[in-house]
Amino acid sequence: MSTDETGPGGAQTPDIAGNPGGTGPDLLQLIAPSGERISHPEFDFWVRDITDDQLCSLFEDMTVIRRIDVEATALQRQGELALWPPLLGQEAAQIGSGRALRADDFVFSSYRENGVAYCRGVDLTDLLRVWRGNASGGWDPYGINMATPQIIIGAQTLHATGYAMGIQNDGADAVAVTYFGDGATSEGDVNEAMVFAASFQAPVVFFCTNNHWAISEPVRLQSHIQLADRACGFGIPNLRVDGNDVLAVMAATRLALDRARRGGGPTFIEAVSYRMGPHTTADDPTRYRDANELEDWAAKDPISRLAGLLDRKGILTAELQQQVKDKADAVASEMRRGCTTMPEPRPMDIFKHVYSTPNSWLERQQDHYARYLATFGDPDGAVSKEGAR
Amino acid sequence: MTQLTFARAINAGLRKSLENDSKVVLLGEDIGTLGGVFRVTDGLQKDFGKHRVVDTPLAESAIVGTAVGLAYRGYRPVVEIQFDGFIYPAFDQIVSQVAKLHYRTRGAVRMPITIRVPFGGGIGSPEHHSESPEAYFTHTSGLRVVTVANPQDAYTVIQQAIACDDPVLYFEPKRRYHDKGEVDESVDPRSALPMDKARVLTDGRDVTLVAYGPLVKTALDAASAAADEGISIEVIDLRSLAPVDYEPVVASVRKTGRLVVTHEAAQSGGLGAEVAASITERCFYHLEAAPVRVTGFDIPYPYSKLEMHHLPGLDRILDGVDRALGRPNSLSGLEG
Ligand SMILES: Cc1ncc(C[n+]2csc(CCOP(=O)(O)OP(=O)(O)O)c2C)c(N)n1
Repeated sequence: MSTDETGPGGAQTPDIAGNPGGTGPDLLQLIAPSGERISHPEFDFWVRDITDDQLCSLFEDMTVIRRIDVEATALQRQGELALWPPLLGQEAAQIGSGRALRADDFVFSSYRENGVAYCRGVDLTDLLRVWRGNASGGWDPYGINMATPQIIIGAQTLHATGYAMGIQNDGADAVAVTYFGDGATSEGDVNEAMVFAASFQAPVVFFCTNNHWAISEPVRLQSHIQLADRACGFGIPNLRVDGNDVLAVMAATRLALDRARRGGGPTFIEAVSYRMGPHTTADDPTRYRDANELEDWAAKDPISRLAGLLDRKGILTAELQQQVKDKADAVASEMRRGCTTMPEPRPMDIFKHVYSTPNSWLERQQDHYARYLATFGDPDGAVSKEGAR
Repeated sequence: MTQLTFARAINAGLRKSLENDSKVVLLGEDIGTLGGVFRVTDGLQKDFGKHRVVDTPLAESAIVGTAVGLAYRGYRPVVEIQFDGFIYPAFDQIVSQVAKLHYRTRGAVRMPITIRVPFGGGIGSPEHHSESPEAYFTHTSGLRVVTVANPQDAYTVIQQAIACDDPVLYFEPKRRYHDKGEVDESVDPRSALPMDKARVLTDGRDVTLVAYGPLVKTALDAASAAADEGISIEVIDLRSLAPVDYEPVVASVRKTGRLVVTHEAAQSGGLGAEVAASITERCFYHLEAAPVRVTGFDIPYPYSKLEMHHLPGLDRILDGVDRALGRPNSLSGLEG
């Protein structure tokens, strides 16, 4: 093994193509952290139709999903959810891309893209089913054109590529969009997905949210070059955008979607952002993360940035702020109600949907278990939680 | 003697191995600064350095595949798979490479790789975090598969696994990580009970109850509940799942005439089937009843609200014991 005490991925990484986690000059930005609108010769085109009203609605979306996130975290703390993966800090990446999609596009995401699910129109109770431990899947993927969120890191990128190959075969102009993290780029699946996507010029957008951390591992452990640059080796065009800039994210996503729709094949987008919260509610980031880093990123907050722009335009009125807050509160309380009134699953439900058609093999086990439950006098199984002993 | 949790006991065993053999290196996701998501490797990187306790990129196939290369080079890699459900990306490296290299090279190459896998359910986790994948590996020749059921074993067996020249899958019962027990850290793993031996935990005359890993505790609880009803159960902790140490099981079944095997993994193709078949072959004329399996169902691991229905608990095990004894039970009156 290396004798270098920093070890693989240690702090002393050679300066090959800049700091993979950094914010180099090639980072696409349309809104400065101060809120100032930065004009861009190429990318302004992709958001030229965005009216002030639409900016306000992006502001509302971001505020709402942050509120959803805070509420879900609270629900977890109150014992209503078993676990929750916060998206705090990643609102612009999720809303900017999510609002760029068409209804017939199809999303394959990781567990953290709850803001994208919101854009797809997910029922908020469905959003929580899995995290409450009440179901294996929260929604019907075909209902909102978004697959069940993936926990196996990177697996969904292959699914997106396959879906895109299907779109291509069908002669349609929809796009498959896959979301994953910086850590995921190290997995074989993600690399194989890029090989296939490039080989077949599949209409797929690889949307990598570089939130700088894979649980405790910094992005520089996954890569010594900027993540966006990895795509080059697969022959996939790349874009590197400020992931806390909702307009930049939207512009990049629109460009990539347009390219895919017109037969131009895959695009890789690296949205450079930051996970402000813990990895999940079970994680303790103080063990591995410097508080100063958090502070630096707080100054680049995606919502205050858009608020800054609205303010400069003179449209951040008290009325707008109140309206947005009311909406966020209403959505949060609707979600809370959905969570706490969700019907409990019934014991025999565990045997449902293992196969699409019944078979005697499993039916026998099911029948035996029903008989077992009946010995407790309740066929629906008000058995004690003895199993977990 | 000290009181240690499973997690601390494994930590202490890893520490001993790192101290005793400079060729031991630890590899895995989050095992360094964070000390692993279960803190099993807590403090080890700080004390042994980043070249011996390596935080790896997120790539299970690469973690195991590079361990193969390290082993070729004379190292003894100890790999952490973060959760049971994440071992599958590394499956090919484990079953096609790790398991077979000794055989393929006619003994020239040793693969002293230990693959640590937190396994099993009961902690209220989302999907892919509660699986019992041991049968995939017991089905692959060339691998040793072990699991531990008390902190003392956790401490000694991890050292035995690391010292073993064969590849070892070391399954850690994650729902027991915080359970405490006496650990004698002065025990020499070379003179302790070898990791491939089963252990008889209680002396019983009516039924032999075979368990391993997280269910050993449940099996012991069942035995003491049964004792209150005058039923005497001999509990055997299998410890090694590949190879299985059949002698104590055979001796026990010859005495009791009845066998119950329990595990969390699904029933079909599971280890319980293997044990039942082997014991039937060896003890057919001593068996008073067909062997009974009390296992997880043939379903994907269910969502956490209902996991206790899938996991064999004390009452389900006792119901199985009743079946073996021909006492009234949930299947009484059913044919076949
Ligand atoms: C195949 C696999 N290995 C390990 C894990 C455990 N795990 C869950 S999330 C995570 C970190 C992922 O980091 P990243 O891809 O950057 O996404 P983020 O969580 O930061 O959004 C790890 C290691 C997993 N879910 N799947």
